[in-house]
Amino acid sequence: MINASLRELSAALAAKKISSVELIRIYLDRIERFNGELNAFISVDPDRSLALAAGADLRIARGDHAPLTGIPVAHKDIYCTKGWLTTCGSRMLANFTSPYNAHVIERFDAAGAVILGKTNMDEFAMGSSNETSFYGPVKNPWNRAFVPGGSSGGSACAVAARLAPAATATDTGGSIRQPAALTGITGLKPTYGIVSRYGMIAFASSLDQGGPMGYSAEDVAMLLNVMAGFDERDSTSLEREGEDYTRDLDRAWDGATAGRPLSGLRIGLPREHFGEGLSPDVAQAIEAALAQFEKLGAKRVEIGLPNSGLSVPAYYVIAPAEASSNLSRFDGVRYGYRAPASEYRDLLDMYCKTRAQGFGAEVKRRILIGTYVLSHGYYDAYYLKAQRIRRLIAQDFVEAFRQCDVVMGPASPTVAFRIGAKVSDPVQMYLNDIYTIPANLAGLPAMSIPCGFGENNLPVGLHIVGNYFTEARMLALAHQYQRATDWHRRMPAGV
Amino acid sequence: MAWETVIGLEIHAQLSTKSKMFSRASTQFGAAPNAQACAVDIALPGVLPVANKGAVERAIRFGLAVGGTINRRSVFARKNYFYPDLPKGYQISQYELPIVQGGAVNIVLKDGERTVHLTRAHLEEDAGKSLHEDFHGMSGIDLNRAGTPLLEIVSEPDMHSSEEAVAYAKAVHTLVRWIDICDGNMQEGSFRCDANVSVHRPGAPLGTRREIKNLNSFRFLQQAIDYEAKWQIATLEDGGRIHQATVLFDPDSGETRAMRSKEDAHDYRYFPDPDLLPLVVSEETVAKIRKDLPELPEERRRRYMAACGLSAYDSSILTTDLTLATYFENVAMHSLKDGEALAHADYKLCANWVINEVAAKLNEENLPPSKIGVSSATLGHILRRVREDMINARTAKDLFSEFWSDARKTSYVRQGGSPEKVDEKIESGGLRQVTDSSALEAIVDQVIAANPKSVEEYRSGREKAFNALVGQAMKATRGKGNPAQINEILKRKLSG
Repeated sequence: MINASLRELSAALAAKKISSVELIRIYLDRIERFNGELNAFISVDPDRSLALAAGADLRIARGDHAPLTGIPVAHKDIYCTKGWLTTCGSRMLANFTSPYNAHVIERFDAAGAVILGKTNMDEFAMGSSNETSFYGPVKNPWNRAFVPGGSSGGSACAVAARLAPAATATDTGGSIRQPAALTGITGLKPTYGIVSRYGMIAFASSLDQGGPMGYSAEDVAMLLNVMAGFDERDSTSLEREGEDYTRDLDRAWDGATAGRPLSGLRIGLPREHFGEGLSPDVAQAIEAALAQFEKLGAKRVEIGLPNSGLSVPAYYVIAPAEASSNLSRFDGVRYGYRAPASEYRDLLDMYCKTRAQGFGAEVKRRILIGTYVLSHGYYDAYYLKAQRIRRLIAQDFVEAFRQCDVVMGPASPTVAFRIGAKVSDPVQMYLNDIYTIPANLAGLPAMSIPCGFGENNLPVGLHIVGNYFTEARMLALAHQYQRATDWHRRMPAGV
Repeated sequence: MAWETVIGLEIHAQLSTKSKMFSRASTQFGAAPNAQACAVDIALPGVLPVANKGAVERAIRFGLAVGGTINRRSVFARKNYFYPDLPKGYQISQYELPIVQGGAVNIVLKDGERTVHLTRAHLEEDAGKSLHEDFHGMSGIDLNRAGTPLLEIVSEPDMHSSEEAVAYAKAVHTLVRWIDICDGNMQEGSFRCDANVSVHRPGAPLGTRREIKNLNSFRFLQQAIDYEAKWQIATLEDGGRIHQATVLFDPDSGETRAMRSKEDAHDYRYFPDPDLLPLVVSEETVAKIRKDLPELPEERRRRYMAACGLSAYDSSILTTDLTLATYFENVAMHSLKDGEALAHADYKLCANWVINEVAAKLNEENLPPSKIGVSSATLGHILRRVREDMINARTAKDLFSEFWSDARKTSYVRQGGSPEKVDEKIESGGLRQVTDSSALEAIVDQVIAANPKSVEEYRSGREKAFNALVGQAMKATRGKGNPAQINEILKRKLSG
């Protein structure tokens, strides 16, 4: 059951081969057994989940169910979930029970999906290894001495270890794709504006985008069908007609021939993403994946993303700038952590101590960077320049998509690294996202699919970037690849 | 050489939308603390702002009314600072690209008209309120006001006296109510002024300015500017220097005192709000709002002068409020006899009544023009009877006062009197003016005979004695005599 696809689970539930309550129990048991060690979940509330499951079973009994009715979904603890602790991985919100639901939670709720728990994450989504969480690091299920990636490390670990069949996540600079790559699962960051940010605790508003994680492209497509949709409460939400992201899964690429379902597909390979810094084991797995795509009929096209090298510096100006302002609301006044009254003298001291104690080191580092780059006299040199670079990077992709249909490459320069290996070197840590950040800056949809194993037998992820709103086609080509391979079916030992 | 004071105003007008600038919470004044603060207003984690279309439209209305440029694309920016009544830790405002740029407001002073130019007008949200008095050793935070839509109207430093500044503030106050974008209620804080004041010698560069914050009455505005200008002049004449600062006006002492200096000014770290897309206004939206704009106070004032022959002063008083101006026009219309056109003198009569009786009563009883106690139809009818010489002015005033008292008894829910009642009262009360000259001649003869002393005094050159005789004659008609006729008869008889 734990290796079943969402389509299979959905069918089993509809055929009453299993009830949602039984399904939830299976996963709650697994969480009980493995979470102590893996630390994928921050909160689990069995009674609440079982009650939701019982409700889903009633819906199924009435015949009033949708594809995900009764299916357990783990939610990144960045999504405000009514009645659930919603911590964003921070001490600052360690006591915050959300009084409202994020749009994404509402959508899953309406679909009848069951909240399985809230997953661990880097504090306020700032991190690439899940080591900045107030709740401690998440372990990579493939090898517990290694990180699962971040910031959606809890969701990635939960899916990879089969503690949940599906999970939500968010991606600001690679926070869906990098942990998906490092744990061997499928994760998609949609076009900016497709998933409402309402109720998704903001890190960097112009870059943050919610998206799903699952075993396969097909599962991810089903999840995206629920997550995506216009929301008038988010001014950056795009008002467009709903679409069925599973519609192209079994449709061959235009001009395809029998046995070569991807004939005509042009895969752009940015030379900047295959050079220095790319680990040979990852390069090898990516090469094998590209060869597989060729077998399916695709063609390689070498392309350039000439401003790609500027993406990390531009990102580390824009994201902290927005974060420094977004995180100002955590001031100890209305909710969340406040320093003990005996420790502060006046208002300013209350602010200082509350924020000094409530935020971890990485969050403070980014608030400082962001405050600095927005300061009087520095704004033009940093923030405005970074915004110009951002436009150049978006333009690079416009050029690229004249020559190719999708861009592929490694999702991460290396496989998962050891816990603790990069904590003292933020720049090395930041470079983890060198291949994923450009898609956030351009607002493009991008995903990572498992494509093999590298050093220490740890998973490698293939990064796919598509043009705006081409999620259905991206998922389709990933699905074709997954029909021909079984990397996405591999499961770590010991869980 | 004399000092010249230079003043620029920043006016915060609360826009009269039902819900807030970026949330759906109500803007109604007077609710229990924090009863009107929703998830967005209290800045829960994850909430997002959505701009209120009604507020945007009101800002455009204002921009068009002052002849400013409506920027087709304007940008909301975050102004970052920490304060307990600022829930997000930043205020959403407009910085580099405001919705309205330029424009001008004309003001009428005793010695003529002046133009005050506007720099800009931009949309922003208000902060909440900190209550320091009511909680022992603690502060209370009321976020009902947090997120209330404001239009900040920034003038050029075009004013040179507190009189000009007050006239400008009043003109803006009139305009925002006239075009129905703000209720103008200063007690509730719907209309507040900050005044930037500096002094210099004419021809010399501008002096350093100090900003007086949060003046919520025209009287305080005047007092604060007068005090501040005097203080700056005295400081400079004593060899001191003015330092840029934000100051508060204390109405009790009548003084201004520094709140913070430039040295500890915040670095607000303005940047475009990534939660809000640039505000794009279409040509059609602007055209539609322009089409729906009423005749503006300035245009109407000029029309009253040109078409009705009213003085600049009377015209400007009538156009301080749209309801009052409309009332005046309706009174004039109802004072018409059938098929008649009004002459300038008739307009003047109506204007005098609206200014000296109606506006005076509103003032006296502190009522808004929406609570005028006698309808324009009733007052117009009274004045029609005056113009027809059916009743005299004194009777008219008595009728008007009686009707107004009737309205007062209903707490101004209903207006007093009606055109029919006017005629009924005239008939049943025998209030018709006595214009029968033989009757009046007889009365005057009696008065002269009964008051030899007054007659003597008048003849020896004391004009006042004449008025006493007119009064006696009016009394003898029980107030219904035609005063002009009595005057004339009396004069003739006394000189005879």
